[in-house]
Amino acid sequence: MEAKIAAPIDKKDTWNGGGAKPFGASYGKMMMWFFILSDALTFSAFLAAYGLTRFKFIDSWPIADEVFTHVPFVHGDFPMIYVAIMTFILIFSSVTMVLAVDAGHQMKKNKVTWYMFATIIGGIIFVGSQAWEWNTFINGTYGAVKTTEGNVLQFVKDGKQIALADFVIAPRADGRVQHTKKNGLWFEGEGTIANYSVAQVVKAYNANPEIQVRTELIDLDKKEKTILSREEGAFQLTKTKMVVEGANLQANEYGNTSFSDFFFFITGFHGFHVVSGILINIIIFFNIILGTYEKRGSYEMVEKVGLYWHFVDLVWVFVFTFFYLV
Amino acid sequence: MAHAHESNTKRIWIVFGILSAITIVEVYLGILKPEALHLHGPGTSWLNWIFIILTLAKAYGIAWVFMHLEGENKWFRRSIVWSAVFLISYLVTLFLIEGGYLFDTLSPLVRW
Repeated sequence: MEAKIAAPIDKKDTWNGGGAKPFGASYGKMMMWFFILSDALTFSAFLAAYGLTRFKFIDSWPIADEVFTHVPFVHGDFPMIYVAIMTFILIFSSVTMVLAVDAGHQMKKNKVTWYMFATIIGGIIFVGSQAWEWNTFINGTYGAVKTTEGNVLQFVKDGKQIALADFVIAPRADGRVQHTKKNGLWFEGEGTIANYSVAQVVKAYNANPEIQVRTELIDLDKKEKTILSREEGAFQLTKTKMVVEGANLQANEYGNTSFSDFFFFITGFHGFHVVSGILINIIIFFNIILGTYEKRGSYEMVEKVGLYWHFVDLVWVFVFTFFYLV
Repeated sequence: MAHAHESNTKRIWIVFGILSAITIVEVYLGILKPEALHLHGPGTSWLNWIFIILTLAKAYGIAWVFMHLEGENKWFRRSIVWSAVFLISYLVTLFLIEGGYLFDTLSPLVRW
């Protein structure tokens, strides 16, 4: 048997499977489409799981426009506004990407460069915004308490939610201090502890007759969370076991634990795709500047990368609808 | 690419305008939440159905124009779209029915 030796060949068609074009699409383009199809199915699975969990807890799920109310650098309550801005930024970056592809068809290198640059900037602004949203979500706005039955109780005054900081007197009264390297065992630590103890919150509630407790259960006629009377609230407060401020994977001040879990997972998975898209765009951006595609005679790589970027935008459109609107 | 030298810039901006307009309508309805639309249609409120239909319209615009599916071979396009629509519809339908069933069974057992 003659040994098989790897012999160098000069054909330019090696990378694309010999240049065959089934359905008229090049190898790279077809593979990008099928990858997008499989990734779309993954995202659909996550969103379907989210839908199932929401339907399971349809009478107690947190109301999105009570949770996502912040805009950077501005004080006040602006439900939905910042996420709408984020959606525009991503759609706009998709537009600049299409314009880059279009300029590529006309072999206009400078135009492609500028539009690609704008797309990358748009992507970075979007990821930065999402990071800000996560930060606000994790830090929390109002604070709440959680009962032994897993029910998250929030506080309202005159029907509007009130922060713990606005009626409980700081600082923490029971002397509990966070275990850090410096004040305890150096090899152990714990997460940030709440700013108030349960007893402190209950005392403040009892001292303040205008404060009422709001439970997770939604009153289906008014589409609002049920506000309890002073007596019912006091009874629920006897069952509280922890003060919850902000959000992590175990508990959050907005309601059901699955709410924060799904938020982090789905927006995180999407954010991961945005970041990888930005990185790929940067690589292609440098290739454009270096003239790789001019030499190659085609800007098809920009088109393929554009498909991935549009897919990222498409997923966001669905995440936006099912997390924030519906 | 048959139209390699023709510029589609104007059409791209028009589609951007349409997508932005749809988004503005969605956000406006999302903030306002008009009472009249809270009536129940199949499965969920009419307001939610409007959101879902507008979202599908946006998805169609992005896939058809931006992702250039309109320029691809008919059966190539269908091999992607029909596969996705079939699988996603089936998955979502079953999951939502399951979620509804879980609610119907478990919610009477929760003590508020």
